[in-house]
Amino acid sequence: MTVDTVGRFERALEGLEVGLERVPAADASGRIETIAQGPVVGTPLPFEGVSLPDSVRTEPTPAELEAARTGITPVRFAIAEYGTVAIESTADGTEPIALYPDRHVAVVAERDVVPDLSAGFERLADGFDEGRTSVVFATGRSATADMGELVHGVHGPGDVHVIVLEDR
Amino acid sequence: MAQRSRSEEADRIRHLLETEGEAVHAQASVSNARRYRTYGETDDLESLRTEARSIKEGAIDRLPDLIDTVREAVEANGGTVYVADDAADANAYVSDVVDTQISEYGVAGDDETPSVVKSKSMTTEEIDLNDALEANNIDVTETDLGEWVLQVADDTPSHIVGPAMHLSRAEIAELFNDQFDPDEPFETAEELTRFARGHLGERIREADVGITGANFVVADSGTITLVTNEGNARKCAVTPDTHVAIAGVEKLIPTLADLEPFVDLIAKSATGQPISQYVTMLSPPTDSPTLDFDAPAASITDGGGSTDEPAGDDGREGGRDFHLVLLDNGRLDMREDDQLRETLYCIRCGACSNSCANFHAVGGHGFGGETYSGGIATGWEAGVHGQESAAEFNDLCTGCSRCVDACPVKIDIPWINTVVRDRINASGDYAASDFLVDGLTPDLEPGGIDRGKRFFGNIGTVAKAASATAPVSNWLANAEPVRALLERMLGIDRRRDLPSFRRTSLVDWFRSRGGSDASRRRAKRAAIRSEAAIDREVVLYPDVYTNYVDTNRGRAAVRTLEALGVPVRVPDLPESGRAALSQGMISTADRQASRLHAALVEEIDAGRDVVVIEPSDLAAIHREYERLLPEESFERLRTNSYEICEYVYGLLENGADPDILSTGDGEEQVAYHSHCQQRTLDLEAPTVAVLERCGYATETSAAECCGMAGSFGYKREYYELSIDVGERLASQVEDAPTVVASGTSCGDQLETLLERDVSHPVELLAPTDT
Ligand code: SF4
Repeated sequence: MTVDTVGRFERALEGLEVGLERVPAADASGRIETIAQGPVVGTPLPFEGVSLPDSVRTEPTPAELEAARTGITPVRFAIAEYGTVAIESTADGTEPIALYPDRHVAVVAERDVVPDLSAGFERLADGFDEGRTSVVFATGRSATADMGELVHGVHGPGDVHVIVLEDR
Repeated sequence: MAQRSRSEEADRIRHLLETEGEAVHAQASVSNARRYRTYGETDDLESLRTEARSIKEGAIDRLPDLIDTVREAVEANGGTVYVADDAADANAYVSDVVDTQISEYGVAGDDETPSVVKSKSMTTEEIDLNDALEANNIDVTETDLGEWVLQVADDTPSHIVGPAMHLSRAEIAELFNDQFDPDEPFETAEELTRFARGHLGERIREADVGITGANFVVADSGTITLVTNEGNARKCAVTPDTHVAIAGVEKLIPTLADLEPFVDLIAKSATGQPISQYVTMLSPPTDSPTLDFDAPAASITDGGGSTDEPAGDDGREGGRDFHLVLLDNGRLDMREDDQLRETLYCIRCGACSNSCANFHAVGGHGFGGETYSGGIATGWEAGVHGQESAAEFNDLCTGCSRCVDACPVKIDIPWINTVVRDRINASGDYAASDFLVDGLTPDLEPGGIDRGKRFFGNIGTVAKAASATAPVSNWLANAEPVRALLERMLGIDRRRDLPSFRRTSLVDWFRSRGGSDASRRRAKRAAIRSEAAIDREVVLYPDVYTNYVDTNRGRAAVRTLEALGVPVRVPDLPESGRAALSQGMISTADRQASRLHAALVEEIDAGRDVVVIEPSDLAAIHREYERLLPEESFERLRTNSYEICEYVYGLLENGADPDILSTGDGEEQVAYHSHCQQRTLDLEAPTVAVLERCGYATETSAAECCGMAGSFGYKREYYELSIDVGERLASQVEDAPTVVASGTSCGDQLETLLERDVSHPVELLAPTDT
């Protein structure tokens, strides 16, 4: 991609009031530590050289999941056009960890930020071919207008941060 | 038919206007405005809509195959597919699933009563699933905030997408303060939402079964797609041990690639967002662990759920069980019905409701049936609940066609309403022969149609008779006793000014000034003077109103064309069928279309252009004739007929001199209301362009509709609704010194509300002397 796909991603997220930070893999753990508010649950990050901070509880119990204020998960890919992150349903609980706590920190490799929905669907199709067939396209924060005005953080997170690993 | 009387209907509408209209309008109009913006920013919108429609066409065409395909896919994943014939069948199946879950794993949570959490689903509303489950002693909690508000209020949805749209924040706060008696009374939307999150979160954690709908089901992978903003569908689907997805069979699409245009379109059409917060694609049972909040000490990744068995053993991966219930309930019959089939392409985005002025005024409790609301509800209700449910509200569709541009799958919603109206007419029990309207109604309809409908459906004959006897007929029609009779017999509201018929019709006037020969001479003189080389000839269509009522606009059109060097003919031509169509009298319209075609085809053969003043007649020729005439005949008429200002625009573009017309100084403010059907045909812009080129500073109205739409506003039961809609338009244009409108009804409505003259744009443009 010659155009600045990550820049486009960042602008889309800005409109959704979601922060984006570009960090080298080596600094990711530290950044996560600062953004995450405890208690923190997470699923292991499959990026070389990136590990979750020690304070993060992986394989949480339902009680820990319920009590957590922050959930940290990797995302398989992101769609710059709409500011979307693709969250997979995995056996280690990525889906509930991204959904239950009020703050979601999504970590994505820069090469996995694709420009538009069509490119996103290509990635989705690749995943389906490999048997990864349950994916959520999450864009911005959970929202409702059903109580008469727009409110964020209904059933899902009301606060989302995206970390782009610039060297991955 | 258990239909309400006119006065009962008028009362009901008045009540809804007062109690629900404001809240509905506030939200629906915002979504509509955002849709315009997002549609406008989407470069490939038209190709997306075309693609989405063609995918749906293909999918409905091979629906039985897709059912087989999805069954194989879901079973291969370890889930179950059940095709339910009707509501009772579906409800019994779901009850059974809950019972099995309970008997195998016990009741979750502290309670003894089995419980179900549901994510918003119109399909389960359609089958009254909640009542059925509750009758089986199963607790049901709606988790979509809007649906939950309705559940607490014991109310019904009033909008396909925003079910509680008719309730204001203050009303919800009052309801919740009453029901839940909080320490600190709820006030803000924020407080209400926080409370709901906590309360519903607990219900979800303790539920035995999660039930969702499905926006789309990808047949070959068994993927359920859920589109939400709140995230409750995700929670309902992934938290309990058992997930049941209930979807109408029409939700099936062949492959994952087919999903893309819908993901791209659905939020844009529904709320004007570029994409929804959560587009969940689940091919259940998923790998995601079930969450057993009863056993809070074991890690969620331990094989999950209340089963102690490892994943995969009994077909339950990660302890999860999945059922896809595909509902027929009339849909497979709709598929065989050439007129209702299109309804099945609907993706339930609610854009048609949001673009509908009548819907804004009364909401889905007025403009809706047992389950569905808005323009497309007629098709759904007729298909799944029967014609009677559709008959209750079908007349609220005025056929204005503003929903046609809104619908992401290009469904011809007004046509479905016309067809169902026709079928309802045929099942009516009014006296077959009727002394009051018989002589005036040479229609082709079988007996049994409401006499008001027959009267308006044959308005051309009425107008001809009234014109022949004017001014006596006008005087008579406005006399109190006659108004009372008209109101009682035909339902014409006595508060509405009736059109005043001219003794000299446009056709007579044209003949009396020398007919086409004289017109040719005039045009030739004008052409010599202006040195424009325009070699066209026009047949001006004298629609009923232009011919008998609003003859001034017809005269203005003739003078304008002649001044621009174009000779005109105004022959006595048959009715277009527009009036009959709006009353659902399709066979009458069909006959009239053929006659008009026959009369015009010779003119077209002779190289003449057909120019139409009344936009609704042009819309009949450009849109509905596709359903009434052979394809070639339709195409021929369509490509050779024009709206008057569009035609003038074309002449100016081809070298005609605008200075010949009556021009402004560039400062003169003109407010212009196009006309609903004219806007759907993309004909607003040419009029604006002509007005601007002729020196008028033009402001266009944003209101979707004037509220009159043909005979609609004359009807007693709809009079107040028509005024309510009209006032929104009037308030937009009232400050302008000059107001013009292209449609007869729009002009009438504005004249009444603004209490001043509102003419057709061509009257502004016409040169004063020739
Ligand atoms: S008919 Fe079209 S606009 Fe109306 S709800 Fe269905 S898809 Fe949406």
